[in-house]
Amino acid sequence: MAIVIDMPKLSDTMEEGVIAKWNVKEGDTVSSGDIIAEVETDKATMDVEVFDGGTVLKIVAQEGDAVPLGGQMAIIGDEGEDISDLLEGGSDSSAKEEKPKEDKKESSSDDKSEKKEEKDEEFDPLFGDLDEDESKSESASEKAEDDDDSRLKASPLARKMAKEQGYKLSDIKGSGPNGRIVKADVESFDGKAAEKSAPVKEQKAAAGAPSQNYEDVPVSQMRKAIARRLGESKFTNPHFYETIDIDMKKAIDVRKSLNAMDNVKVSFNDMVVKACAVALKRHPKINSSWLGDVIRVHHDVHVAVAVAVEDGLLTPVVRNTDTKGYAAIGAEVKELAAKARDKKLQPDEMEGSTFTISNLGMFGIDEFTAIINPPNACILAVGGIRDVPVVENGEVVPGKRMKVTLSSDHRVVDGASAAEFLNTLRQLLENPMSMLL
Amino acid sequence: MAEKQFRDAIREAMVEEMRKDDSIIIMGEEVAEYNGAYKVTQGMYDEFGGKRVIDTPISELGFAGIGVGAAMNGLRPIIEFMTFNFAVVGLDQIINNAAKIRYMSGGQISIPIVFRGPNASAGQLGATHSVAFESMYAHLPGLKVMYPSEPYDAKGMLKTAIRDNDPVIFLESEQMYGMKQEVPDEEYTIPLGVGKIKREGSDVTIVAHGKMYHIAQQAAKELAKDGIEAEIIDPRSMKPFDFKMVIESIKKTNRCVIVDESHPFAGMASEIGFIIQRDAFDYLDAPVQRVTIPDAPAPFAKNLFDLWLPDAKQVIDAVKTVTYRN
Repeated sequence: MAIVIDMPKLSDTMEEGVIAKWNVKEGDTVSSGDIIAEVETDKATMDVEVFDGGTVLKIVAQEGDAVPLGGQMAIIGDEGEDISDLLEGGSDSSAKEEKPKEDKKESSSDDKSEKKEEKDEEFDPLFGDLDEDESKSESASEKAEDDDDSRLKASPLARKMAKEQGYKLSDIKGSGPNGRIVKADVESFDGKAAEKSAPVKEQKAAAGAPSQNYEDVPVSQMRKAIARRLGESKFTNPHFYETIDIDMKKAIDVRKSLNAMDNVKVSFNDMVVKACAVALKRHPKINSSWLGDVIRVHHDVHVAVAVAVEDGLLTPVVRNTDTKGYAAIGAEVKELAAKARDKKLQPDEMEGSTFTISNLGMFGIDEFTAIINPPNACILAVGGIRDVPVVENGEVVPGKRMKVTLSSDHRVVDGASAAEFLNTLRQLLENPMSMLL
Repeated sequence: MAEKQFRDAIREAMVEEMRKDDSIIIMGEEVAEYNGAYKVTQGMYDEFGGKRVIDTPISELGFAGIGVGAAMNGLRPIIEFMTFNFAVVGLDQIINNAAKIRYMSGGQISIPIVFRGPNASAGQLGATHSVAFESMYAHLPGLKVMYPSEPYDAKGMLKTAIRDNDPVIFLESEQMYGMKQEVPDEEYTIPLGVGKIKREGSDVTIVAHGKMYHIAQQAAKELAKDGIEAEIIDPRSMKPFDFKMVIESIKKTNRCVIVDESHPFAGMASEIGFIIQRDAFDYLDAPVQRVTIPDAPAPFAKNLFDLWLPDAKQVIDAVKTVTYRN
């Protein structure tokens, strides 16, 4: 009995996966536990394991194809078995005829039309599907009452094109009858949007030479996830920002003396992570999540650390951060960061954070503001340590200062609470020994 | 390859088939001794004699019925109507007998018959001699309907019609009988239900059959001057209809105009339009438009008749509507 290998849910938030690599080809024999493919999710590249043995009868999705959750990837069964019933989009000979086309990696729209044809066969030409019709007409009439005049008029093709491009129909001006948005409007909107997002180009246009010189880079799963999650966060969470300047002199001394010991390598980042964990334990409001009707105050402290990777960033989580020492935190961050860069992070290593730290100090950034990483309530943006003149006891002396900026979700955290947390954090970093208490 | 008239192409199809198969006969008004009202059957009486090329009285119901009976008894009759406007008199035989006997006999008796003759209007002939019947015949299960627009298609399609074991309505046009095209002497057939893209274009799909196909070509030439490239599909068979070809074309052009010489209500254009909105919905950039004769009988007066019959200008207007160029 042949079985279909569907796109598994490899991360909490994935909606589709891209086949990064097939380790098998049609005709290969596989056994339970074999890794047959690598799939790029919104977070990482994951292995797909089979639980049944057999012969790979059909590779449905090719490398580079995006497959929705539950969509067919491959079919495994006994050699020579008839699998036409299992293939999506046709249970008869027409599916077989389409096969060579599929092998040639026809566009996915072809698959859709295949599905459509199958639907036609089920459709009663006289009566259609009565149940469905009823429900449809009901909702249609409701809609018509709701927004008859405000309804956006767009040709079906224009709707489809706008959806594919990720445009909002309401942003596009229709040139057809009654303001209908048509293909040409979506196409010309593309141009306008490109000009807006690239001011350089606009300048060129002003100089009288519109530039056609650009490159469209396909959006990876990770970029899609970043775009969606951070867009959502920035647009729905009311962010506010507080910055504090921390004297890092003692931290530098402590780090120096620690690193003088054998086999110890503590970074400033490790110290900031540890300090945050301790401060979070003392200020549970910061260690919370907005859940709509309740605010969840987390008792455990799991600090996520933003790691820049090629074409994006990932936020691996150091679990129970408050219970770990500098060295343990350092080792863990190092390991997770390496995995992140190799795209080997597992979803559980990226989920469940209660707070996030983004550190751009090593890039020479003095201070910046970060976007909250949902479902956290706060994120700390850490700048570099600067040599600055400071006034001590009425005299100007050389000082070592580091600015950190806390972005907070105002639905959960108020200005005073954030300030209290930042003050604790400053005290901890200015007296690193106190973290030992 | 020799240039042949439409009437010659049809005759060649019949003569070649009759030479191969003795069971094929042709019957109709003036088909034998007068050599056909439109000279389609010229010379056939001389070649095949009065037993196979049979003149009938003016009695469409009678000779249509004789044809059905002959088909039930093993012959393969071709019934020529002087025009399909006269076939209305014989409709009971066509609709109730030819189309349904195979069904009602549980498949025991098939009716291999071709009803052929000119269809639709042909100038100032008045209301009762100007009706386009393709939608009406296509409406009825049990009938296959073909309507070629050019001599080449006509020959290959009529051969297919004669060889088919079910009743085929084969529609021609008085005004097309004199049209010339290169037609090969060697054997070829054109299958039922397969259309042809006769002009390639990227901006709009024009579906046009029979005489209207030529109107569409005129319109396409004019449109090209404005930079609009029309793709013209001649479906050739009305039933079965090559919807797939139309849908695939619309996926490319995103717009469609149907030119149909039938009346608008429940005509061929309505059915084609329905299938397009169902199967190509997401590919449409504009509502499908159609150009048809009005919902009114043909006028006799020349000025009114010219307004009544679709022309290239109406097609151009419809194309400009769907391409938002108005």
